[in-house]
Amino acid sequence: MKLSGGDLLMRALKDEGVKLIFGYPGGAALHIYDAIFRQKALQHILVRHEQGATHAADGYSRATGKPGVALVTSGPGATNAITGLATAYMDSIPLIVISGQVQSHLIGTDSFQETDMIGISRPIVKHSFMVQDAEDIPRIIQEAFYIATSGRPGPVVIDIPKDKTDPSKLYQYKRMKQVTLRSYKPKVVPHPGQIKKASKNLLSAERPVIYAGGGVILGDAHKELIALNKILKAPVTNTLMGLGAYPAADKYFMGMLGMHGTYQANMAMHNADVILAIGARFDDRITNTPSLFAPKAHIIHIDVDPASISKIINADIPIVGQVKESLAALIKEIKRSKLKIDSDALDSWNAQIASWRKTHGLNHDLYLQKTKSKMIIPQVVVQELYHATKGNAYVTSDVGQHQMFVAQYYHFNKPRRWINSGGLGTMGFGLPAAMGVKLAYPKQEVVCVTGEGSIQMCIQELSTCLQYNLPIKIININNEALGMVRQWQDMNYGGRYSASTYADSLPDFVKLAESYGHVGMKVTKQSELRQTLDKAFAMTDRLVFIDIYVDPDEHVYPMLVAPNGSLQDMWITKNKKA
Amino acid sequence: MLIENKPGALARVVGLFHQRGYNIESLNVGPVFDGTYSRMTVTTRGSENEVEQITKQINKIIDVIKVADFTEGEHHEYEFILIKFNKLKLTIKIQKILKPLGGKVLEKNTKVIVMSASGSSSDVEAAIKAIGKANLLEVVRSGSLGLHEGEKVLTI
Ligand SMILES: Cc1ncc(C[n+]2csc(CCOP(=O)(O)OP(=O)(O)O)c2C)c(N)n1
Ligand SMILES: [Mg+2]
Repeated sequence: MKLSGGDLLMRALKDEGVKLIFGYPGGAALHIYDAIFRQKALQHILVRHEQGATHAADGYSRATGKPGVALVTSGPGATNAITGLATAYMDSIPLIVISGQVQSHLIGTDSFQETDMIGISRPIVKHSFMVQDAEDIPRIIQEAFYIATSGRPGPVVIDIPKDKTDPSKLYQYKRMKQVTLRSYKPKVVPHPGQIKKASKNLLSAERPVIYAGGGVILGDAHKELIALNKILKAPVTNTLMGLGAYPAADKYFMGMLGMHGTYQANMAMHNADVILAIGARFDDRITNTPSLFAPKAHIIHIDVDPASISKIINADIPIVGQVKESLAALIKEIKRSKLKIDSDALDSWNAQIASWRKTHGLNHDLYLQKTKSKMIIPQVVVQELYHATKGNAYVTSDVGQHQMFVAQYYHFNKPRRWINSGGLGTMGFGLPAAMGVKLAYPKQEVVCVTGEGSIQMCIQELSTCLQYNLPIKIININNEALGMVRQWQDMNYGGRYSASTYADSLPDFVKLAESYGHVGMKVTKQSELRQTLDKAFAMTDRLVFIDIYVDPDEHVYPMLVAPNGSLQDMWITKNKKA
Repeated sequence: MLIENKPGALARVVGLFHQRGYNIESLNVGPVFDGTYSRMTVTTRGSENEVEQITKQINKIIDVIKVADFTEGEHHEYEFILIKFNKLKLTIKIQKILKPLGGKVLEKNTKVIVMSASGSSSDVEAAIKAIGKANLLEVVRSGSLGLHEGEKVLTI
């Protein structure tokens, strides 16, 4: 049977295992929308803004490990997808964005709703395709999925001129047995010599640290990481993107590192003699001043992307390979080695970390004491959320202080549970991402922890949540300010709150949630927090928007001293440096 | 480097230089052999680390088949130029300057002379300087072309 371009697209997506498409229609995509209407294998989720479609598909991908798919029309539809593409690109998420394009003969004529999507998305995609011949659609889809999901994953754009999906032109559907591209060979085997060197180095370390990033989660290597540290007994830290890669409950876990990392994690990195970096990229939120970074450390760096190695910090032992295979090879080599870990040295190193944790670690008791004050402390909200969800929820977040509080206080024990925009830091990500997660796992608890600033960037998706009955719980940590901006203004600009406050013009979020057909709850007192959360989570079939007013003066600590600071230079409180 | 001869492939390479803050001093590109791929020579400047990073980033572009850094070993570096001038009384002087670069007259009439020449970029640069900007109507440079010395080849 011969198929039109639109039907070829549906068939190819189905054969890639796609179940959901997040999208928004428009002229150039109408043939595709008609093809969607005429089939049953794929469900289309109509969002309220194309940014929502890309973040929802992205959230779906982060939670499941499978590529998410978004569909947009040409021109404004395509440009609205750009923030979502950049978000996925920065965090190496396999996102497929299909954009309608004006008819081929109109391209280059400034025709209605024409935008050079390939051009504007070029720096923020792993690759992109413009369909020249309709019969190539199945091949392009196969190649796009292969590229998006292999090697270091990333977003791929497929731009389809309207005439290529013309329902009156029919073609044969063909599927390749496997994709091979002469210019792209992502499979790399870790070099055995390097693995040997790394093993020797790790086994003779006295002050080792494992620094694991989002690559461990993307590469599904958390089990290998845990197995490795059963032998090494080294303190472990995760990046913001890596939280959940190593269980937070484990005694060797030090918490997150970097800008708002824990005191013990940053101190351990600074004083380590060997750092094993796995699927992490030494970005500026981690290293602080690169020339002052971990001065005593020998660095072993495992990454699937050779360009990530020695980009910022020189690696003494670079290992290019899939994280999973590389860790498996390393474990094998360590088990075979005659060398054994130096238990005495490790004991005193772990004791040193325990004492750092004691002096300046995240102090839960402190916050609980403070709760005697009238205002709710935002950190306590996260702790109460952990309590209400037993630490088992999928938690998405936006960007700001609330995001850091979750990273610090919600202890993720499993990978893919913590879903946030780390690399681009996109406000507006949280709610649509939560939709993607909830659609992937309808029976799981999905929570979006947001701020009153961020939530307003994609608030329109509350309507989508009603249409598809997505009972997400939204925790709005409301400090009536762009809190993170305000924090920087407190620290570096003498408390001059330029364009960071709007307390007298915020919406009534309870009414807003209600007008979208959901449940709204407001909390202003610490004493009401736990019971309100319990009540909200008991409403399993409703979206509940919980607007929690918190102390606007609370800051995120620790905070690295910048510029010109190292990882051991931290603000511990507003006026105390460690 | 060898890149797929596909629409947009060149833009991806050029775009990357801009995106990552690297400079392109010269660029030459053209299809070779079966025409499904092009060979491109880019001249850029940077420390050893920077050039290594550029090479790795270029390698990540899906349409790039192979990349080599010629400065890592012995190589031939060549550039082709065309010039046009109308100060006919300088013809002998200019021919003399271009002689070691295989200078050839392509067009000669009562108004203008067009010549071609080729050599290493620095020789070409020096020759243009010796002729003098004021004496030339036009100069076209191909940009550097590179090739490994000896048996080493860059091919698919
Ligand atoms: C789209 C976008 N614009 C601007 C910023 C810069 N920014 C980072 S955090 C922040 C404040 C966020 O406010 P809110 O969501 O209320 O979170 P809070 O810090 O108060 O917890 C801003 C404006 C950003 N990250 N993303
Ligand atoms: Mg806020």
